[in-house]
Amino acid sequence: MDRSRRALLKVIATTAGATAAASGTAVQARARLQPPPDAVGMLYDTTRCIGCKACVVACKDANDMATDPGPFEDAIYDAPIDLNGDTRNIIKLYREGPQRSYMKGQCMHCVDPACAAACMLGSLKKNEVTGIVSYNPAYCVGCRYCMMSCPFNIPKFEFNKAVPNIVKCELCRHRVKDAAANVDGFTRYPRGQGPACCEVCPREAVIYGKRDELLEEARSRIAANPGRYFEDRIYGETEAGGTQVLYLSHMSFEKIGLPEYSDQGVPHVAYTVQNGIYYKLPFVIPAALYVGLAAVMLRNRKTREGSEGAKS
Amino acid sequence: MSGHTEVHSPVGGRVMTRPFAILLLIVGIGALVTLWRFFNGIASVSNLNNGYPWGVWISIDVVVGTAIGCGGFAIGLLVYVLNRGQYHPLVRPAVLTSLLGYGLAVIAVTIDLGRWWGLWKVPTHIWRWTHSPQLEVALCVAAYVMVLLVEISPAFFEKWKDSSNSFLRSFSERGLTFMDRALVWILALGLMLPAMHQSSLGTMMLLPGPRVHSLWFTPWLPFLFLVNCIIIGFAVVVLEATFSAIAFGRKRETSMLASLGKVIAGVATFWAAFRVIEVAVTGDLGLIASGKGLAFLAEVLLTAFGALILFSGNLRVRPSWQVRAAMLLLLGGIAHRVNTYLVAFTPGENYSYFPSVPELFITFGIIAAEVAIYLAIVKTFPILSGKPSAAGKEIRGSV
Repeated sequence: MDRSRRALLKVIATTAGATAAASGTAVQARARLQPPPDAVGMLYDTTRCIGCKACVVACKDANDMATDPGPFEDAIYDAPIDLNGDTRNIIKLYREGPQRSYMKGQCMHCVDPACAAACMLGSLKKNEVTGIVSYNPAYCVGCRYCMMSCPFNIPKFEFNKAVPNIVKCELCRHRVKDAAANVDGFTRYPRGQGPACCEVCPREAVIYGKRDELLEEARSRIAANPGRYFEDRIYGETEAGGTQVLYLSHMSFEKIGLPEYSDQGVPHVAYTVQNGIYYKLPFVIPAALYVGLAAVMLRNRKTREGSEGAKS
Repeated sequence: MSGHTEVHSPVGGRVMTRPFAILLLIVGIGALVTLWRFFNGIASVSNLNNGYPWGVWISIDVVVGTAIGCGGFAIGLLVYVLNRGQYHPLVRPAVLTSLLGYGLAVIAVTIDLGRWWGLWKVPTHIWRWTHSPQLEVALCVAAYVMVLLVEISPAFFEKWKDSSNSFLRSFSERGLTFMDRALVWILALGLMLPAMHQSSLGTMMLLPGPRVHSLWFTPWLPFLFLVNCIIIGFAVVVLEATFSAIAFGRKRETSMLASLGKVIAGVATFWAAFRVIEVAVTGDLGLIASGKGLAFLAEVLLTAFGALILFSGNLRVRPSWQVRAAMLLLLGGIAHRVNTYLVAFTPGENYSYFPSVPELFITFGIIAAEVAIYLAIVKTFPILSGKPSAAGKEIRGSV
């Protein structure tokens, strides 16, 4: 049986050869995606946020979301403890000794979004002009692969509904009616049409505009306040391949819930493997596998029939 | 494939026995919970949450369920590609198990999908297809269920060709002729499709990569999943052949399973060695000391011990050790899949998941349905090879 064991390993090597080759080449870099030229986004600055949660209320209002009493069931609170099926935007507090920091959580609108890479029919899609990652329930089967894939744990699901949707921040794209114009160096919509959280923030802790404008603003804040910001770094400029929502923080990003990711987009590895097997040479590998298998089996049948014929 | 002379025959006997009724009861409970879930949402029956969107329904019913359905794939590779005709008696029961494993995985997916009514759009809305690894899995699994139905059809045609209904008779005769002519092309599909989607099941967990433990996150995941499904497939073939021989009093295939065991031992050793070496090369071996190291050791050691038993010429020929080895390999293989999809995944703080009782009822219902349908079909249709022995006739009625 030694021969058959060797032969079996050989077949596994052949049928899996494509997989293996593609897996092995996954280390090769896929070109890093760039944000669209008109990418919009938000800039959140922990040093300005006072934790008033006006943005949470405004977000619920703008998106017609139900209140959530959070841990205080049946009480008269709207106190979600995290993003959920009724909450697209959340303010959290990180405490460590005397130090503390608020943290705003919502969709990061990644330059290379893993949720959109996961989505089978493009229900989650990155807009080619604004870069907003939007959700269209018409093609969503509710598989929740986007929730598994998001490195920031953002897309949420209405688990308690018979007809559920994926819920996430879409940068209030449904409020836009008129064209944006330049206001104080930022490209903004008329009042009531921009992201609700940014419009109500009393301290301009979160502002919106084009991503380039926001990066420039963040850089000038860092320059004007030496030593104020963690590593003088803008989170989202390159992290996880870059995001359109940017963060300035006085505490470590990791501590306030923003993991350290490389500058490679999250879908990079899966895409390289998948492209290597199926799309680089469009479906040539599966087709070759099919023809190869059929050819081997035809040959086997012929030799068997031949030997049976000789016996009889 | 033509040229084989062994005869398949139905086991016969009553379908409705006491064990069968118990299985139906479990299926019934699962069906009621499922009905409840469709009207009241997923949270009403399960502990799935916004941190753990996938639980046992995906990791066990689907990811493990389809691997258990890889008996047909594994034995098909051996018989038709490696030309080991001596294992041919194992093919038909393995294909039936595959059909049930995959068919019920499709049902389990539908229960898990929040917006299941839109599922028909996945194969039809071609212009919206993305490069999602999950799309590849979905399309391949759907296609493979069709292929398995065609592959098992001769078992039904062989029974129906003696039917009193003339339409059924001529349909079956034409079906058998078609199968004889087209078999190679169908079998090639039946081997290509599992190779594609079983590897893609591994690719799928590359996308959540940043939140998957380093011991499991590797670009080799598709390759590991592909070889893993072949090991699970072989283990299932051994268990199924042994248990149906005992249950239905058929001649045991002990010597055939012993030589098959040698093949399995090679594949399983290769997998376990590859798994450890790959982790060592990436320099993550130290993580075994971390909390999840135990889960990693479980999948490697179960697989390695299973292989070790089958390497021993003395143990390999004894049915009891064949079963033990197959159980170890099956558990090791399952562990790798559940680990990758559930244990290795960390959504962040403040989230936890353990399946709820009604959630498990659905999983149990799926498993019970698989066993019940298998029993009903092997009793009614010619699936198992050979004729039942005299002793079998006596005990047959009790299963």
